[in-house]
Parts: sequence; C-alpha cells; structure tokens
Amino acid sequence: MFTDETLETVGTESLWRKSRQFEHDSRGCQTTPIEKVETEAQVVCCSENGTQTDPDDHHMHSLFASHEHRPDSPGLRDFLHRVEDIVIRELTKNAKSHAFDGFEVNWEERNQTVSCVHRLQHSEAQERGLQVTSLTWSSTGSVIACAFGRVDDGDWSTEKSFVCTWNLDRRGLDENRPDVSIDVSAAVMCLAFHPSRPSLIAGGLYSGEVMVWDTSRTQDPVLAQTGMLAHTHRDPVYQVCWVPWGRRGELAVLSAGTEGRVLLWNVGADGKLGLSAGYALVKQQVPHSGTLSKARGSGCVGITSLALSPWDPDMFLVGSEGGLVLKCSFSTQTVAAAEIATTSEGESVTLLAPAQFCFSPRCGPVHSLHCSPFHRNLFLSVGTDGLAHLHSLLQPDPLLSLRVSDSYVFGVRWSPTRPLLFAAATGQGSVQIFDLGRRSLRPAAVIDQNIKGRPVYCLEFNPRQTHLLAAGNADGTINIWHLSAELTEQGSREGAQLEQLANELAE
Amino acid sequence: MAEVEETLKRIQTHKGVIGAIVANAEGIPIRTTLDNSTTVQYAGLLHQLTMKARSTVRDIDPQNDLTFLRIRSKKHEIMVAPEKEYLLIVIQNPSE
Repeated sequence: MFTDETLETVGTESLWRKSRQFEHDSRGCQTTPIEKVETEAQVVCCSENGTQTDPDDHHMHSLFASHEHRPDSPGLRDFLHRVEDIVIRELTKNAKSHAFDGFEVNWEERNQTVSCVHRLQHSEAQERGLQVTSLTWSSTGSVIACAFGRVDDGDWSTEKSFVCTWNLDRRGLDENRPDVSIDVSAAVMCLAFHPSRPSLIAGGLYSGEVMVWDTSRTQDPVLAQTGMLAHTHRDPVYQVCWVPWGRRGELAVLSAGTEGRVLLWNVGADGKLGLSAGYALVKQQVPHSGTLSKARGSGCVGITSLALSPWDPDMFLVGSEGGLVLKCSFSTQTVAAAEIATTSEGESVTLLAPAQFCFSPRCGPVHSLHCSPFHRNLFLSVGTDGLAHLHSLLQPDPLLSLRVSDSYVFGVRWSPTRPLLFAAATGQGSVQIFDLGRRSLRPAAVIDQNIKGRPVYCLEFNPRQTHLLAAGNADGTINIWHLSAELTEQGSREGAQLEQLANELAE
Repeated sequence: MAEVEETLKRIQTHKGVIGAIVANAEGIPIRTTLDNSTTVQYAGLLHQLTMKARSTVRDIDPQNDLTFLRIRSKKHEIMVAPEKEYLLIVIQNPSE
C-alpha cells in the first residue's frame, strides 16, 4: 500500500537581497533636484543627449498633447475617411441650393390678414375739418401722438389746433376721445416723441415755433418753446427730431423749416428753447450734381423733410421743396453765406452750410425721407411725383424707382422688422406696402384707409409692437393697422438680399 | 493622427460651415471645432435624436437603416453622419 515516491524539489529563492533593495530609501542628498520647465517651443520633438536628472514623462507628454497625442479613439480615422466625402458633397450642394428659399413653416397660427384695430378721432378737430399732419409713437410703443393741422391750405392762419395722444394699452380706450388733448396756437406740422422719456413730445408749428410738451403735467403741458423771436424759423417747421448733442449726450431738438434752416435747440430749465447750433442751406452753396440746372437764382432751399441716419450720427438727409435731396453733415465747418442768427441773449450762432452731396433732383417737393434700419447706405425718398426712389448714399442716381401712386406720396417708412419692406402713404387714400424681395413693381399690399380717396399724410411703424402701423388721414382720423405675419416676419435670406440689392445695382 | 484634425479643418473651410463635432457612441464629444458648452449640447442632443431616428427607420422596415440625417432650421442646417462607433455633426448656415 505504501511505496516510496520521489517528488521534484521545490525551491524558494532567497529574497534577502531584493528585500534590501525594496527598502532602499535615500535619506539625504547633497544636491537639490534640478527643475526644468519649458514655457514654449517651436519644435514638436526634442531629444536630450545626456542628462543627470530623471526624464520627466509628464512634461514631455503635455508638450505633445497639444498636438496629436491624445488618447486615440480606434477607428476614428477610418470613420472620418468614410464620411468626409459625403458630408463635403452635401455641404457644397447645400451652399448652392435654393430649395428652401421662401419656404416657411406654419408652426403657429399665423395672422394672415391685415386688420384695422383702432380708428382714432378727435371730434372737435374733425368738426373743424383739421387734418392729421404727423404721427409719432412713444418710446414704449403704447402711446400714439398725433398733430392736427392743415396741409392743403397755404395761407397764413391763426387757427388753433391740437396735439392728441391715445394710450392703446390702456383699458377703456375711447377711440373718439384722446387721453390727452393739448391746445396749440397754430397748426402743428410735425411731432416727435422723446426717444427715452415717454412723456416728452417735440413739435413744430406752421408759424415757425418749436415746442416741447410734457404730457405728464396736467396744468400746463408746455415744457419749453422758442417763442416768436428773430432767430427762430420764419416759415413752417416741417420736421422735428431728437438728436444727441453735447459731451454728455443729452438730447436736443432738431427742427427744419421751409426757409432753409435747420436749427438745434437745447431744452432749457426756464421753459425756453435755447439755440445751440444752426445750419442754413443756401442755393449757391449746394453742391451741384451735373443735371441741376433748374435751380437758378439765389435764396434758400425750402426744407420739407429731414431724416437722421441710425448708422452715422454725424449725417442727416434733407429733402427740399425744389426736389433736391441733400446729404448733410453736423460737423461741417463751412459758414453759410451771409446768414447770422442771434440768440435771445445777444450772442450769435453762426449758421453753417451742412450740404455735402446732392442726389439727382426730383421734380417736385420731397415729402418724406427714411434711412434703412438694416443697411447703412440705403434710404428712400418720396415726393409729389408719385415715385418712391431707393437711393444709395454712394451715388447720385437712385438705385430703383417705383411708381407708388398716380397722385402725391406724402410719407415713406421702412419696416422695422423686414429689411426689404417699406410702406408709403399716398394721396389717394391708401397705404401701399412694397416688398423689394418680390422683384415686382406692384405693391405687396394695399391698405385702403376707407376715407373716400382723401390723402393719407403720414404713417409710422410702432417701434416696439412692430406689427402695428399707424396712418394719419386727411379727414382727421388715425387708423391703427395690425399687419399680417407675411409683412412682419423676416425671411431667411432677406438681409443678404438687401445687401445684394445695394451692391449689384450700384455697379 | 493629424489626419483627423485635418479632415475637420477641411470640412470647416466649406462655405457657411459654423462647426464640426465628432462624438462617440455615447454622445460624448471627442473632437470639435466649437466651444465647449455648445459642443456638449449639440453632441448630447443630436446623439439622442439620431438614435431615435435610426430606431424609427428600423422599426418601419427592419431591413432598412439610417444613413444620414439632415435637419433644416430657420437659421442652420445640421448634418449628422452616423455610424456604429461615431457621429460626425456639421452645422452650416446655408444662406451665408
């Protein structure tokens, strides 16, 4: 049962040497470790011939990592190889494709129709047959102010007039009775709400006065006025606007009248508007544009419209009774020929000649100008010839001329939301909306004001609620229109198209 | 491995391309030409959408499979080239 057996020997190696090594630990060293750091290198690889310090793997790695040596993802290269061609092919195709141009998705219920939401009127003004001469929206977009006056009557008159405001957001809005009605001693030709203080309105009168009203003051809403002094406008003021002036950027009122002067007023604390700068357009100082031959004789250039550029604070455009459209500069140094205005304190403000460039003249007064809010070189002008001209600031001739109406055109405004869209107020009782993207000379929409063919004198888009358009009519009513989505929503390539329009036609 | 970066660069130079992202099968970005937060957002969301799209295609016809995904939005077109291990996402502004 029991036999002898020889098994293989099993040996265990002595560990005494190794265990000594493991325990080895330096207790002290006479040199401090040499530290080296590379902050920057222009080579990818570096080799060292000899070193007395230990190679530092970590540092080497971080130097390479910024280039390629991240932990590799297996197969990534092959994957990219496979998909690169197809992706690039699609990208190129896509950049050229026009498949989605003008394609719109109806996610929400879109407002398809243009509807009249309010028809505002002031009974007293209507009884006296006053017309709406100017409209302005407050900075908040909820209040509309309108000026009553007369456009068809060239007589000097002392007829009283009104400035009325309605707050459209107020509950219990009475369309037939304004929230505020300010009595004014003469016909009001133009109005402009302060760009940041919603209670201030500047206005220009037929008598040449410039006024600033504060609608929050119930007793006496007149905050400041020029009075009838020698240096004010002697002719009707056709345009007022607020411009930043002075070092602190406070706002001053700019006014333009038919005697050819553009004056800048500071709102003083004493209820006076103080003249702080003035410009005069004199015929012989207007730069000639070749074709200008009709404008003979000396005298002034009667200003009927003025527009500021949202892009260049130094520039303004002026349209005249004689059909001139001028590009002007605030910072001009040229003194206007033989004109000096004296302020009330006896100091004089030298009137400057601002005109820099003359666009090709039109045949008849230029009633309205407006700079594009989407392109710095484009602006529109309209006048009594019934045409709307699309201009570039860079060339005298218009880029495009559209027949808006067989009658006069009194106002033109670019849409605040759609770069290619503008609206024009015609003498035939309609507001016409043009879409330059359509490449058609027909209006995209005609909004009949329902005023029996009497003229529409002014129109304004609401700066905040951009779907609202206000139109002021000859019968003393103001229509507030709610525009359809088509007229308010910007298409995908519209900005590029406007740019193209400005460039391609300029050649 | 410079080839990977070069490929992305080549794609990036095409007209209107805003960025390109490579994500792995979990939707974790591994290469990108965009900033971090945008990359993470795009990779995560598009990975989910691609998986959903793929399962839709395969549910309709089990013999079929998703090969490419394009999303047209108001501002961009997003292209996704899917595969088992990786996704290539390219964002383009075609109207540029």
